[in-house]
Amino acid sequence: MTTRHKALIIDDEPQIRRLIHAALTRADYATMEAADARAALDMMGQERPDVVLLDLGLPDRDGLELVPLIKRQCDASLIVISAREATEQKVAALDLGADDYLTKPFDTEELLARVRVALRNRMTRDGGATAVRAGDVTIDLMARIVTKNGQEIHLTPKEYAVLARLARYPGRVITHQQIMAHVWPHEHEHHVEYLRVLIRTLRQKLEDDPQRPRIIGNELGIGYRLREGEA
Amino acid sequence: MNEPDRRDPEAFLRAAAQEGRGRLKIFLGAAPGVGKTYEMLTGGMQRRKAGIDVVVGVVETHGRRETEALLHGHEVVPRRTVEHQGHVLSEMDIDAILARRPQLVLVDELAHTNAPGSRHPKRYQDIEELLDAGIDVFSTVNIQHVESLNDVVASFTRVRVRETVPDSVLENAEIEVVDIPPDELIERLKEGKVYIPAEASRALNHFFSKSNLTALREMALRRAAQAVDAQMLDYVRAHALAGSFAAGERVLVAISELPSAQGLVRAAKRLADALKAPWTAVHIETQRSLHFSAEERAQLADTMALASRLGAVTATIPAPTVVEGLRLYATDARATQIVIGKASRSWWFELRHGSVVDRLVRGMGDVAIHVLPNDETAPPRPATAALRAGPWGKPTDYVWSTLMIALMTAIGRLAVQSIALGNIALLYLVPVMFAAASFGLRAGLFSGLLSSLAYNFFFLPPTGTLTVSNPENVISILVLLGVAIVTSQFAARVRAQADMAHRSARQNAALAGFSRQLNAAATQEELMQAICGEVSRLFDVRTVLLLPSSDGPQLRAAVPPEDRLEHIERAAAQWAMDNDQPAGRGSSTLTASDWLFHPLRTTRGRPGRGVLGVLGLAREDAGEPLRSDQLPLLMSLLDQAAIAFDRMALEEEMLDARQVRERDRLRSALLSSVSHDLRTPLTTIISAVHELKRQPLPVPASELADTVEAEADRLKRFVANLLDMARVEAGALPLKTEPTDLFDAVAGAVHDTRQSLAGHEVRVDIVPDIPLVRVDPTLLHHILINLLDNAGRYADPGTAVTIRGERLPDAIALSVIDQGPGIPPGSEARIFDTFTRVEGSDRAKHGTGLGLAIVKGFADAMGLGIAATNHDDPAGARFTLSFPQALILSPLPEEGLI
Repeated sequence: MTTRHKALIIDDEPQIRRLIHAALTRADYATMEAADARAALDMMGQERPDVVLLDLGLPDRDGLELVPLIKRQCDASLIVISAREATEQKVAALDLGADDYLTKPFDTEELLARVRVALRNRMTRDGGATAVRAGDVTIDLMARIVTKNGQEIHLTPKEYAVLARLARYPGRVITHQQIMAHVWPHEHEHHVEYLRVLIRTLRQKLEDDPQRPRIIGNELGIGYRLREGEA
Repeated sequence: MNEPDRRDPEAFLRAAAQEGRGRLKIFLGAAPGVGKTYEMLTGGMQRRKAGIDVVVGVVETHGRRETEALLHGHEVVPRRTVEHQGHVLSEMDIDAILARRPQLVLVDELAHTNAPGSRHPKRYQDIEELLDAGIDVFSTVNIQHVESLNDVVASFTRVRVRETVPDSVLENAEIEVVDIPPDELIERLKEGKVYIPAEASRALNHFFSKSNLTALREMALRRAAQAVDAQMLDYVRAHALAGSFAAGERVLVAISELPSAQGLVRAAKRLADALKAPWTAVHIETQRSLHFSAEERAQLADTMALASRLGAVTATIPAPTVVEGLRLYATDARATQIVIGKASRSWWFELRHGSVVDRLVRGMGDVAIHVLPNDETAPPRPATAALRAGPWGKPTDYVWSTLMIALMTAIGRLAVQSIALGNIALLYLVPVMFAAASFGLRAGLFSGLLSSLAYNFFFLPPTGTLTVSNPENVISILVLLGVAIVTSQFAARVRAQADMAHRSARQNAALAGFSRQLNAAATQEELMQAICGEVSRLFDVRTVLLLPSSDGPQLRAAVPPEDRLEHIERAAAQWAMDNDQPAGRGSSTLTASDWLFHPLRTTRGRPGRGVLGVLGLAREDAGEPLRSDQLPLLMSLLDQAAIAFDRMALEEEMLDARQVRERDRLRSALLSSVSHDLRTPLTTIISAVHELKRQPLPVPASELADTVEAEADRLKRFVANLLDMARVEAGALPLKTEPTDLFDAVAGAVHDTRQSLAGHEVRVDIVPDIPLVRVDPTLLHHILINLLDNAGRYADPGTAVTIRGERLPDAIALSVIDQGPGIPPGSEARIFDTFTRVEGSDRAKHGTGLGLAIVKGFADAMGLGIAATNHDDPAGARFTLSFPQALILSPLPEEGLI
C-alpha cells in the first residue's frame, strides 16, 4: 500500500454520495464528490482520480456521454451505477469503455468488491497477469493451459478463447459483444446462441455442479464474469 | 267543441324541416325568351344592394347584351370543367359554392342535366344540397319542364322535353311567374332575342304559335297559384286554423310494367294535387310478374321511381290477381279514387276473363275509378314479351299424356264388350284431368283433343274412322274438352296461390335466416362479414360494407372479397354516409358508380346523424344492383343489420362498464394492500433505527441492524414488484429477446433468491441437452424469482423446492415444485389473477401476492404458457412455464463451436 487511491463519486443524490463516501472511507480510499457532470469534469482534470463511480442519471447531461469523456481525460477505472431496468444502458456504457457496473439498490460490500477488481485490473492492464485462479481452476494465459485441481482440462480453441477473454479481466463483467468480437474477430454478425452453448460446455468441463455455476457467472442480459475466490 | 289539437303532424314536420334550410325561389316562365334569367339577376341585384351576400352559381346569357350587363355587377363562382368523350363541358362548381358559403346563389335553368360523372345527375339535386347547407337559391324554369305537366305540354305542342323537374321541388319553393303576353314574345322571337337550341328549331314554329303560348302561360299561372295554395294549406294545417279542406281523399294508381304507366302516374299526381290528397302508386305482383323480362323490370322500377319523385307512396303487393290485389289494398289504404289504365288485351282475353276494369268496378263499392286510355305515343310493348317461355310445358308432359290415353284406350278395348260406349268416354276423363291438373291448360287441351280423337277412332261407330255418325257422340267430345279447360284453370289457380305462398314463405325464411346469421356473429368483424354474405346470397349481388373513419369510408367487409373501390364508388359511399341517403347506381345521386350504397341507420338515439355505415351492392355484370320490388326486403334486412350492430355496441359498452368497475375494485384493493405492505417494513425500520440511537442500547446493535436489513430487503423486493406490475398494467412491455440458456436463467434466479430460500433445499433438475430458448432474459429472471419466492413463502422450511426442466414433444416445460399446502382447489386458473391474489393479501403469509400476477403478465408478454397445478407424493404446488416450439432454438452446427 503506497498511497491512498482516490475515488470520484458522481451522483446527484446527496444520500447516495454520503453512503458511498462512508463505505470508501472505511476501506481507506480518499474520496471526492460531484453532483453533476460539469463539476465532475472539472474535478477530474485537477484531481486525477484512480476510480470513478458514475451514476448514469445525472441532471445536466446523459451519463452515457460522460463515459468516453472520462476515459479520455484520465486513465481512471470507471464503474457506472444505474437502475435495474436499464440493461441496455449498462451494456452501452460497458461497450464504451466502462470497467464495470452496479445496480441500484446495491450493498456496500458489493461496491467495495467492484472497486477493488477495477483497480487491480487497471494495474495489470493488458496481459499483466499470466495465470488466473478461479476456485480450483487455474488458467495459464501464457502457456494456454487450463487445469482443475491440477488436472489439465481439454478445451476446444473457441472454448479457450472465451475463457481467456474472461480470465484477462478476472472479476470484471465482459459484455457478450466484447467476448464475441474476441472469439469471432472476422465475423460481423454475431450469434449469442453460439456463445451460450460454449459457456454451457465450458461449465460442464470446469464446474463442480454445472447447474449451479460458481466459476463463470452470468450477468443478466449483459455478459459474463469470471468469479474468483468464491470457491 | 274545440278540438285540442288539430294540427297536422306531417305539415308540422315539413315546416320543421324547412328550418335552417335555405329557401328556394323559382322564376317560372311559360316559354323560353320571357326573361326569367333577366328577372333573376335583377332580383339578385336588389338583394345584393340590401347587403345580402349574393353570388352567381351559373347563368346562361346566350349572348344577350342586357343580361350580360346585369351579370357584370355580380360575383360569379367559376365553373368546373368536365371532360366527357372528348368534349369539355362546364358545370356549376357546387363544392366551390359550398366552400364560399354565400347567403344567396343564383342558379339558372333548374331542369338542366349535369355532365356524366357529376355528383348529381340533375341540377335541381345540386340545388337541394345547397338548400340543405342553408344557402338560399334563385333559379329559373319553364313550365314544360315540370314533371307532372310534361305529358300535357307534349300533347299540344308536340315537343317533348327530356329534362324534367319533380313537382315537389316547386311545391317547396316560392314561385314568381315571369310573364309577358304571347304577342310580345312572338315579337321578341322574330327580333332574334330568344335563344333556341339548334335541335329544337324544327318544332319552333309550331311551339311558338299564339294558341300554344296562351295555353302554356295559363298553365304557368295556374301552377304558381297551386303552389301558393299548397303553401297556404300547409300553413293552415300546421297552425290548425279553422278551415275546411278535402279530408279523407286518397288516390291509388295501379301501375304495370308498360311504359304507358308513366302517363298514369302523372295523371294520378294531377288528380291528387287537385284533390289535395295523398296518393299511392301500387304494383300488383301476380304470377305473371315472375316472368317479366329485364326490360320490363327496369321499366317498372322507373315508373316506381317516377311516382316516388312525384311524391307518391309506392308499394308492391303480391296477390293472385290484379283485381284482387287492388281491391284488398284499396280497402286497406281507404282509397277513394283509383286510377288504372285501360288494358290493351285481345277481345279473346277479355271475353274469357272480363276486363280488369269491369271486375274492379263490380268488386269495389263507393270508390271512383278513373280509367285512362293508353298513351299512343308510348312505344309498343317490347317484342321480348313474345319470346317469353309460354306455359307450353315440357315435351315429356305430352308423352305422359299420350301414354295414359293409350292405356285407357287399351282398357276400353278390353272392356268394350261389357260396358256401354258412354262409360268408355268417362275413362278418358282420367288422363284429361290428370294432364290438365299436373301439366297445365295446354297439355290438358291436348289430352282432351287426343282423347276425343282416340274415342272417335277406336270406339265410335264407324270405328277405324274419324267420322261421327251419331250427333249425340259430339257431346262426349265437347265434354272431354270442357273438362280439360275447367280442370286446368282450377289447377293453375291453385298452383299460382301455392307459388305465391311459397315466395312469401321464402322471404320470411330469408329474413329469419338473416337474423339468425347476425345473431351468431360474436365480433363486429364477423357481423359485417355475415351481413355482406347474406345480402350477397339473397340478392345474388356483390356486397361491400364501409364504416366511417377519419379519412373517409373504410372498407371493412366484402363478399366476394374486394379490397378497393374506385374513386367514384368511394365518393358515392361518402355521400351516402354524409347525407343518410342512398347513392350510386339506381339512386338519384352519383349514378355513374357501378355500386349502389344504402346507409345503415342506427336505431338508438345518439347525437348527430345515426349512420353506422353504408352497404354497397353491385351486380357482377354491372347491371342495376337492385330491382324496385327488392327494395322493401333490403330495407328490412338493413334494419335488422342495424339492430344487430346496436346490440353489439351495447354489449361492448356493458362489458366496458364491467371492466371499469373491475379495474376500480382492483385499484382500491391494490391501494390498501400497497399501503399495508409499505407501512409494515417502514415502521419496523424506523423504530429499529430509533432504538439504535438510544443509549444504552436495549438490545444488541447487530440484532437491530439485522432487522433493518431484512425489512429493507423486503421493501426492495416489494418495490421491484410494484414497478414490474406497473409495467405489466401499462401493457406493451418492451421485449428484448435473445437466445437464453435456461441453466443461466435458473442459476441466476436461484442465486438471487438464496436468502428467501435459505431454509429450503433447492434442487435443480434440468435435462442436460435442453435447447436454448428465445426470451427476454430479464423478464424470465423475474418470473423465476417470483415463483421461487412464492415457493419459499408457502412451503415450510426444510422441505425441497425443485426446479425441473423437461423437453416435451412440442414444448419445453420448466416447473417450480414445492411441498407446501398447494393451491386451493378450484382456484388454479384464478390464482394468476391480480385481483384474486390481492384480495386475500392481508391473510396471505406476507407480501402482496403481486408476484404471480407479474409472472402471468410477463409470461403472456413473451408468449409463454403458465399453469398452476397441485401434485401428490409429496403433495404441493407446481407452477409450470411452457415454452412453445416457436421460441425453441434448433441445435447449432458443431463447427461453429470448435
